[in-house]
Amino acid sequence: MRAHETTHHVQFVPGSEFKRRAAEVVANPFLKKSFRGAMDFLMMKRAAQFPDPELLERQRDLAEHIRRYSLARLPELLEQLEVNLKKNGVQVHWAETPDEANAIILDICRRHDAKLMVKGKSMVSEEVELNHAMEAAGIDALESDMGEYIVQLAGEKPSHIIMPAIHKTKQQIAELFAEKVPGVSYTEDVDALIQIGRDVLRKKFMEAEVGLSGVNFAVAETGTICLVENEGNGRMCTTVPDVHIAITGIEKVVEKLEHVVPLYGLLTRSATGQAITTYFNVITGPRKPGEKDGPKEMHLVLVDNGRTQAFADEQLRQTLQCIRCGACMNHCPVYTRIGGHAYGTTYPGPIGKIVSPHMMGLGATHVLPGASTLCGACGEVCPVKIPIPDLLIRLREEATHEAKPGHAPMFGQGAGKTAFASFAFKGFAFLYSRPALYRLFTWAATRFRFLTPANQAGWTKSRTPLTPAKKSLRDLLAERSKH
Amino acid sequence: MSARENIFRKLRAATTAPLPSPDAAIAAHYASLPRTAQADLARVQLAKDFAEKITAWHAEVHIVPRSTWVDKLKEVVAAKGIASLLYAPATTHGKALAAAGVAGLKPYDQPIDGWKRELFENVDAAITGTRGAIAETGTMIVWPDADEPRLMSLVPPIHIALVDADTVVPTLYDAITQQKWSAGLPTNALLITGPSKTADIQQTLAYGAHGPKELIVLLLTGEDAQ
Amino acid sequence: MDRHYPAGPRPTDVYFFATCLVDLFCPEAGMDAIQLLEREGIRVHFPADQTCCGQPAYTSGYADQARAVARVQLDLFPNDWPVIVPSGSCGGMIRHHYPKLFADDVALKAKAEALSGRVFELTEFFVKVLKVNWKGSGNSKKVALHTSCSARREMGTHLHARELLAQLGNVELLNHSHESECCGFGGTFAVRQPDISASMAGDKADALKETGAEKFVSADGGCLMNIDGTLEKRRDSFRGEHLASFLWHNTERAGEKE
Repeated sequence: MRAHETTHHVQFVPGSEFKRRAAEVVANPFLKKSFRGAMDFLMMKRAAQFPDPELLERQRDLAEHIRRYSLARLPELLEQLEVNLKKNGVQVHWAETPDEANAIILDICRRHDAKLMVKGKSMVSEEVELNHAMEAAGIDALESDMGEYIVQLAGEKPSHIIMPAIHKTKQQIAELFAEKVPGVSYTEDVDALIQIGRDVLRKKFMEAEVGLSGVNFAVAETGTICLVENEGNGRMCTTVPDVHIAITGIEKVVEKLEHVVPLYGLLTRSATGQAITTYFNVITGPRKPGEKDGPKEMHLVLVDNGRTQAFADEQLRQTLQCIRCGACMNHCPVYTRIGGHAYGTTYPGPIGKIVSPHMMGLGATHVLPGASTLCGACGEVCPVKIPIPDLLIRLREEATHEAKPGHAPMFGQGAGKTAFASFAFKGFAFLYSRPALYRLFTWAATRFRFLTPANQAGWTKSRTPLTPAKKSLRDLLAERSKH
Repeated sequence: MSARENIFRKLRAATTAPLPSPDAAIAAHYASLPRTAQADLARVQLAKDFAEKITAWHAEVHIVPRSTWVDKLKEVVAAKGIASLLYAPATTHGKALAAAGVAGLKPYDQPIDGWKRELFENVDAAITGTRGAIAETGTMIVWPDADEPRLMSLVPPIHIALVDADTVVPTLYDAITQQKWSAGLPTNALLITGPSKTADIQQTLAYGAHGPKELIVLLLTGEDAQ
Repeated sequence: MDRHYPAGPRPTDVYFFATCLVDLFCPEAGMDAIQLLEREGIRVHFPADQTCCGQPAYTSGYADQARAVARVQLDLFPNDWPVIVPSGSCGGMIRHHYPKLFADDVALKAKAEALSGRVFELTEFFVKVLKVNWKGSGNSKKVALHTSCSARREMGTHLHARELLAQLGNVELLNHSHESECCGFGGTFAVRQPDISASMAGDKADALKETGAEKFVSADGGCLMNIDGTLEKRRDSFRGEHLASFLWHNTERAGEKE
């Protein structure tokens, strides 16, 4: 398979399209049932890993401490990481934007005259749209994680950060393989389907000049990157090709290996309800003289892409504590109903709503922070205790207001401001901060309840109209005191 | 200004209140776990826990006396129909294998670049040592080096690993601190917990995604531990 | 969520903060809550100038407007009496978000914090402070319980409501599937994302009905209006009742005569 023949560039869905896409999914009973089933399964598996709520709370406190400490020392840890990586023979690159990251990677590929890049799972590579940049330059960028491979074959984007193909049934995958993989006939047998993927991809691991991976944790003290996976494709990508390029966000660094241990333990348990993954791949440099395998060259690309904006503000900085487990989406009643694609962002679900505005700007994403009931399920399961609902409220504020004096405006600051909402909340404040006026309002609303509109915007789409009671509570209390 | 300078300038411009190191809290946390309290128990118990856990992760475990593991290996090779067994000739266990004349031995004695295809297509199994194991999760610590390279535990469809029962520690934290990993990591250290697997198709578990389809552990014990 | 409850004698006086939803849309529930408190021998004070906790503006990102509304409520409770709120989400607003809302003003922040410490959700107050001893009256009943998300995650209300219902003896609480899941109200969310909200409300209504309960109870007016409005639009006769009303009509103090 040649990736550029079978895949096409999937555009991010603009924020204005969110509502329409969400409505489409919600109206599809088949999709709704399959998301619900998958999320129920993942929630159950996670719960089984944390039978003791007090122990879980201690673990979350510890993980939060580690992440906050790491971020508090971010500049110095990044410097230390760079020094130690270089000492270990790793070449370090810095990119502020997706374009810069892609240019760095493309340049490395060109120096090696690469035709094929095999990719381990990397959400940052999705974030910078690396595959598209490689295709445009005539280099095949082939996803090798089974879920990512399936999604790429279908010309789609991942719908979940841990389980990219969670929106697809085995029947759909069987059809896809039969159609797209030469010499394969239709089978719904999952083992057989995995073997098909294995056979295709093993040949590619041998051929590829470059392997690309993400990073789960970067360790400053030792100049090490750690990768978490079950399949072994990550190991293939980081070990078999002559060149290994790792790409990561600048927030992934921790000080010491010991700091990784509690985070890793919570990551896998929160993500898929596994106590540990099959592989924990700890890489501290390319092949040394005398070694018989491993890449001859290794690179780490550290990407900003809006992370420094989040970092600049102590509240928004908490966004960067994320270790990308996906538990927030598994537990989100909104994600459960609309799946990952409707969001139109690389990272869907609650974490996507708080991280995407920094990457893509509030102009493209201002609808997302509002598309939450603030039910708090995400914050409750977050292994590093990111107060996601508080951050959603904060972003709603930034999306609808100018920057406060003395504060740098966010990318897309105020993009969600509407005259109607501003007017409505000014009216709300005017009415409800004047008790006498409020009393007059309730008096009128109860006496003239027959004037209540039958059509109340979105509310009456699926509900009967909200109608004031005949008598307000204060009327009832006044009547009672007369008796 | 370069991207690097811009990123550091922005990061340094942010006000950042210092936080205490989490080191003590991490140490206290692992000290408080019941698993760590078992460190004083007979090592046999840790080894038993490890064996149980890794079996649950779909590995095949054989508990064998240190003196006779080669015989067990021969049995495994015969039972699995392994025609080509990759091994590391310069290691102690590699020398023992060669001396015992195990059938189908193939030494990993050349850089991979000259025989990549052969490794991918014509090797049935590989046998490696381990640096230790973790009881809590049923995990092996694999520490590849120039003699026993990293692809051995990845490419062949069957991975056979030797784990000495005396090297099992309670947790990953114990392994990292007791073995002083930070003082000298290999280019590629690995934790391996079972054969390669995936649940990417409809959450259905399937083994042998990209790496070994089978993991066979020979857990080496003293004679009396049988 | 862990909260220290004062020991010592039962309070003799409390303030009642009805919330704007109860005042205008389900006043009977407010009345029943007041009568339940009075049945415990407590004098209930209703500050006439109360309006709304400010939550709709706060959660929509209009902090200044929320502050303007919240500022009025801060002055309503001069005596050091408990403030009882018949809604977990409004109680959570005052308890958890008022101190943040006034973080920039030392005097107001101190006032908000003092208020935060004596705000109680109604069922929390019955169980944790009054430690009531009630029994059920009338026929045996089967009910389901829905707890609002902020009540559950900010106030632990689901546990208090369960404890109260468990005391009654003649009331069987039936659990519904996905009990901890949001009903899709979310304040302005229901209007801004009507399709997602409708899907959530529909699922919640189904789950509650599928228990076979004769009705469901909830201590939050917003959730009640959302789920009941959904059921009514479907022309389904299954309905919810505010927990305060249910308790007023179906309990008596244990050991008392009718």
